Amino acid sequence: MSKHKKVYVYQGFERFWHWNQALLIFLLAFTGFEIHSSYEFFGFETAVDIHNKAAWGFIILIVFAIFWHITTGEWKQYIPTTQNLKAQAEFYLFGIFRNAPHPTRKTVISKLNPLQRLVYLGLKLLVIPVMVISGLLFMFYRYPQGDSIAMINIDNLEIIALVHTAGAFVLLSFVAVHLYLITTGHTVTSNLQAMITGWEELEDEDDSPEHDVNSEKTDTNTSGS
Amino acid sequence: MKKFTKAITFFLAIVAPLIIITVALRAPRADHSMLEALRQEYPKEHKSGVDHSKMEILQKDFSNPHEMTAACLTCHTERGTELLHSAHFKWEREEFIPGRGVTYLGKKNLINNFCTGVKSNEGSCMKCHAGYGWNDKTFDFTNPFNIDCIVCHDNTGTYKKASGGAGYPEMGPDGPDFKKILASMGQPKSENCGNCHFGGGGGNNVKHGDLEIALLTAGRDVDVHMGVDGANMSCVDCHTAENHVMKGRYYGVSSTNTQRLNCEDCHTEFPHQKNILNEHSIKVGCQTCHIPIYAKVNATKMYWDWATATRKKDGKEYELLDADGNIVYTSIKGDFVWEKNVKPEYFWFNGTADHHLITDKVDTLSAVLKINTLFGEYRDRNSKIVPVKVHRGRQPYDTEHLTIIQAKLWDKEKGKGALWLDLDWERSIEEGMAYIPLPYSGKYDFIQTEMYMPVNHMVSPASQAVTCKECHTRNDGRLATLTDFYMPGRDRNRFIDLAGQLTLILSFVGIFVHASIRYMAARKRKAAQIQ
Repeated sequence: MSKHKKVYVYQGFERFWHWNQALLIFLLAFTGFEIHSSYEFFGFETAVDIHNKAAWGFIILIVFAIFWHITTGEWKQYIPTTQNLKAQAEFYLFGIFRNAPHPTRKTVISKLNPLQRLVYLGLKLLVIPVMVISGLLFMFYRYPQGDSIAMINIDNLEIIALVHTAGAFVLLSFVAVHLYLITTGHTVTSNLQAMITGWEELEDEDDSPEHDVNSEKTDTNTSGS
Repeated sequence: MKKFTKAITFFLAIVAPLIIITVALRAPRADHSMLEALRQEYPKEHKSGVDHSKMEILQKDFSNPHEMTAACLTCHTERGTELLHSAHFKWEREEFIPGRGVTYLGKKNLINNFCTGVKSNEGSCMKCHAGYGWNDKTFDFTNPFNIDCIVCHDNTGTYKKASGGAGYPEMGPDGPDFKKILASMGQPKSENCGNCHFGGGGGNNVKHGDLEIALLTAGRDVDVHMGVDGANMSCVDCHTAENHVMKGRYYGVSSTNTQRLNCEDCHTEFPHQKNILNEHSIKVGCQTCHIPIYAKVNATKMYWDWATATRKKDGKEYELLDADGNIVYTSIKGDFVWEKNVKPEYFWFNGTADHHLITDKVDTLSAVLKINTLFGEYRDRNSKIVPVKVHRGRQPYDTEHLTIIQAKLWDKEKGKGALWLDLDWERSIEEGMAYIPLPYSGKYDFIQTEMYMPVNHMVSPASQAVTCKECHTRNDGRLATLTDFYMPGRDRNRFIDLAGQLTLILSFVGIFVHASIRYMAARKRKAAQIQ
């Protein structure tokens, strides 16, 4: 039987950042696809309004998050590793059905498994920057105006718009998969609870997984969700 | 207790950004100070510094109108020369058109899509000429006494030029009371301008659709500027003039991006509270959103088919009217289509235009003959989207020489080849072309024509402006025909949309399959445990 200990995994700002980001991404996607004429809800004008203002909220949040990551050294959580990468993939594809143990142990200094590290790093370095930059171009590009408006002059909105749309689909898919994968923690809701309260029951750091011969039977399982 | 405080803090932290966003979303407080200032400035009645009734020279009994002009010019010594050089008198301007160079164009020599042209028809057309006696090619454009001052400056509203009088008014006992008229002379009123500009094409609102007699009495719903319950402005409040050169361009006759009258002249380039709307004005003309429909009171002519003219019923010419009293067929002019509350069509326009000259070759391979061409495209920095009345029709052309035809339409008496009197196409074409003079092969047919007239009047109140969704919509938006640029809400890349949707669907399918297997496996395990 493994020893479990309540650990304070997610700090206050981290949770504030996470949930606001979630809210803003939802709002941006919902209004964004209305602007894309996928459906009608707020009305075009209001949707544009909300989208633009939520975008600014998102940018401000990102600035704070970057500061937080740098000053706390939390950015190191996202350094990609190939160690256990295959094992982690195999766990999601096979092990999880046999109630096999998580191949990566979650600790405060290493909260993310190798797959998470890769995906979150991709989001932070690729998808979100692409969305922010294409979004800012959307807001600030001007039609060619000679020299009268000293802003970015772009002949055609098309490329910006298409990149922004493609990014939105990628983000939405991420959110969907993310929402599912958070149920694969220690219990179905343990990850969710952790992100709300900050506290999560983690394996005692003295224990190594090899010793947990019986963990399969005793772990409250993910099933029955 | 500590936990409780923490929970509250956390809750507030989540809610605070929401509150900030909501507050930021509130509409900015409307600032109408600029509009108010304009409202104060423009409806002021113009007060003349001169009382013409005190002018002795105007008290005479004039026997002909030229003498009245001479009397005007004794005080207004330089105005005659000004007028001799103005478009209102010359019906021609010096224009520069790419591909043609400097050309002299105007109503004097251009083809239009209504009564086609003035040549050989001067006696009738010149009812709207600011002059006396332009009856044919012999008219003297250098004689200042041929100028008609009164038609624009009469403030009594009683002056009338005679029909078929080549610009002369009726004189003598049947004519207007000139003593009263001359005593009233002053700045042109909207009625003066309207006498000609409302009736272009042969009747009220026929030609422009946004210029008609109802503007004199309608409210601001029809026209915010001229509305009697609004600013109640007159034509010359905007169409200001210096030395008789008026501001404003009509691209049925003009070609260059000069002397234009812009909304921005009064309203500035940043008239909206919302910056996103101001940004639109870089590529979208004010008129595009603020004139959602034209011909709001009376119908305007949208189609004129000359090919069906000259038909007779029981050997006689006839007319057909629609329910509103608009003529939809007349033997002398052909078939008409009228429309009311018309949604404009939209085009890129940079302020320059070309015209199909009567000497130009007709391209019979193209579907329509463009009577005039508005230049502009998305990539052109000077182009904006503007609302346009497109007037379509059919006009005669010479099938051998491939030129458009100027027919003789009018004369004082029958038997001289005027189509409107003799109903004979052959003869009227021969007479018209011989008058110009241009060769005519003897063979004619009719060709589809289009004329493009930017709509600038009948500006609606802001509350009735075109909404975002009318353009930013996938199908059948107002700008559906302007496809040379990407517009959010209208355009999309089918591949990206399809790939994106597939990715999403695959994600959901993956989640569903994975979750199902997990669930089944767990149930199996549980069952095994119980056993």
